[in-house]
Order: sequence, then structure tokens, then C-alpha cells
Amino acid sequence: MGKSCEIKLLGTAPSHFVNRVQFVLNLKSIEYEFIDENLNCKSELLLTSNPVHKKVPVLIHANKPPILESLIIIEYLDEVYHDIHPILPSDPLERAHNRFWANYIDTKYFPLFEELRRTPGIEGKKEVKKQLDEASELLEEVFVKSSNGKAYFGGDDVGYIDVVLGCFLAWIKFVEKLNKFKIFDEVRTPKLLEWTNRIWSHEALKDAICGSEALTNHYAMLQIKKP
Amino acid sequence: MVKEKVVLVNFWSSPFGSRVKIALEEKGIPYEYKEEDLFNKSSFLSTINPVHNKVPVLVHNQKPVCESLNILEYIDETWTDLSPRFLPSDPHQRALARFWADFIDKELYESSKKIYRGIGEEQVIGKNEVLRILKLVEGEIGDKPFFGGDNLGLVDITLIPFYSRFYTWETFGKFSIEEECPNLVAWAKRCLQKESVAKSLPDPIKIYEFILDLNKYFAK
Repeated sequence: MGKSCEIKLLGTAPSHFVNRVQFVLNLKSIEYEFIDENLNCKSELLLTSNPVHKKVPVLIHANKPPILESLIIIEYLDEVYHDIHPILPSDPLERAHNRFWANYIDTKYFPLFEELRRTPGIEGKKEVKKQLDEASELLEEVFVKSSNGKAYFGGDDVGYIDVVLGCFLAWIKFVEKLNKFKIFDEVRTPKLLEWTNRIWSHEALKDAICGSEALTNHYAMLQIKKP
Repeated sequence: MVKEKVVLVNFWSSPFGSRVKIALEEKGIPYEYKEEDLFNKSSFLSTINPVHNKVPVLVHNQKPVCESLNILEYIDETWTDLSPRFLPSDPHQRALARFWADFIDKELYESSKKIYRGIGEEQVIGKNEVLRILKLVEGEIGDKPFFGGDNLGLVDITLIPFYSRFYTWETFGKFSIEEECPNLVAWAKRCLQKESVAKSLPDPIKIYEFILDLNKYFAK
């Protein structure tokens, strides 16, 4: 059975922050109970577990104090279940690089997609797309350097950056379809494009991300609540 | 024996840079300090931090590490034989420490800017946000001398540089942090008794004057 089956994950299917925790749990073959939160009517459990931010994901392990923030949860799981599919490398400098790029993706790359959504008009969206293209090309360089000719950012196996960026792919595909353009393509980001196909078909990821209907509904809700 | 070369690239008023200074001093790691003029950034900075072009940057044997919390963890993971360890050994306690450090890092600086750069309503909002953050964090000290227990830990090092800015916030916002958060100020005074902190924190009056100058600069 392993260390424990007493893991509960509070989350919501369309959240890629939640999905990344699910991806890691799957990679490490950890059983867990998924508690689906309605973010329009947050449960008592969520509000008491995360009184500071009132956000998902929240990981509750064996009735100990809840663990909050997706990247912190991932490092926690990597430390407790360190012998099964390590997510972060062991070298301190490589760990620092992985953390740096995860932070870049979360604080610079993803917000561009939100800006895209909230920018009205084609001209406005074109400007944001330019910034997105530059950022995607930067991530292409990161992939080439990190992967060192191998399949993933993490090398032979899925690693930290693969998890962080990989779980956003459902949204990327959604945005591409909605706006009729490509985020990754053969000319500007050929290696990343290959990587997206590879990781999209990874067994542990398939289970972790939600279908396009749920994304469409979530997007519609965002358009109303945060225009 | 491998000769280590550690360089800290920083700007004197940066609370983020002060964190790294404290960390290096606490562990007794010899380092070279390089002051960067943020109003006239060097090409050196853009080579060691091409993505953000910001300080602090730690350059260890010619390899740069960026982002202050990242640097703190790097220091803790590299010099494992030097105490104190900034993070506890228990994964749960580590996750809790990281949460509070991350919370302070994401919110305090941005909210505090509203106090000294905003006017009217925005200043009040900034003051309330800052007090909310400080009170939440204050609740985590408990009976211990420091967030890290008997020694400075990740949360202590992340937060204490902002103590240099308390005078600025209080003067602009017309409030007293000691009145609102007495345990937090008591904690800060305990931190200042540590040589690593006393050496690394800029003078609060200098910070206040610097912020006044910056406000004039941005008003042009």
C-alpha cells in the first residue's frame, strides 16, 4: 500500500494548478481522494484549510495541517515519496534552475494568456500574441538546454517543468482553437511542439486534465466574472 | 580543497537582496559584494539575469542563481554542513515555512508600495493590506523566539528586511506597527540582535529619504 492512502486533494477539474498535483500523484502512483470544490460556493473544509487564500489546490495528508500552493505541494510530495519518480533533480543548481523557470511560467507566461482573454479586439490581441510568441521562444531555449537532447525538460523522464507547463496544455489547445492561431509551431518552437505531442499522450497526464467541455464552461464563467 | 567564489549582486535598499546577505552572513559564507546601480544597470547584470534584469543575483563559481527565495533554498541545499539550516527537516514543516515565505514574498512589497506611492483611498487600502499580512504572519510565531525556532529560518530571513521599511510605512500611512503587531515588532528586535541581520539591514531613515527621492523622480 505504500506510505499512506490517506491523501485528500481539494480541487476543481479545470484548474491547471490542481491538475499538476494530480499529475505528480499519478507519476508517483499515489492513491488519493479527489474532493471536487465548487468555487462559487466554497466548502467549509476549503475555507478552514486555506483561510489565507481560500484557493485550491489543498492537499491534506493523514490529518496533518493542510499543504497549500501547487508548487509547494509538489515539493512536499517529492520529499515524502522521494524514491518514486523524483520530480526535482538532486543537484542544488539544477533545482534552482527548475524553480526559477516554474516561477517564470507562473508569474510571466501564464498571465499573458489571461491578458489575451481580457484584451478586446483583434489588434489588441495581436500585441499580446507577440509577447506570447517571445515568451514561447524563450521556453523553447529552456527546453533545448534542460532536455539536453532527451524527451522532456526533466531529461528521460517527466520533471518539474514538464509538470508545470504540461498541465496547461489543455488551456493552450483551447486558446489556439478559440483564437485560430498557434502558440507552439514548427518554425519558432519545433522542439516544444514535439514535446507537447509527447507529454499530451503521457498516461499520468491523461487522467489529470479535464475535457474541453469543462474548459469551455470555465472560460465562459471567467468571461462573466472577470471580464 | 575547492576554492569557492561567491558574489552577491545587489542594490543597497532591496529587501530581497538583504535576505541573501543575511543568509550568507548567518552561515558564515565568505562572499564578494557588488553594488548594482538600478538607475544605470550594467551589462554584467543582463548577462547574469537576462530574463528579469533584476537584483539580487548570487553568482557561485560563475554560475548565477536568481530570485531571492530561490537563492535562500540554494544556499541551504549547497552548504549543508553550515548551520543554521533555514528549513526544518520534516517535509510538513518545510511546506508550512515555504507557504509563509511565499505569502510574504508575493504580497507584502506590492501592498506596501500603495502606502508610500499611492494617495488617499489607495494609501488606506495599502495600509490595511499590509496590516492584514503582518497580523497573519505574527500569528505564526507562537512562543518561539523566531519562526525558525531557536534560530533564524526561511520565514525570518524573508520577512526581517522589511523592518527597515516600517518607519517609511508608518510615516506615510500615519499608523504604528508596534501598536497593531506588538509580537511582531518584539520578534524583529530579537532578529536585530543577530549580527547577520544588524549588518545586512539598511538604515530606516536612509530608506525613508530614498523613497522620498524616488517619489520625486517618478513624479517628473
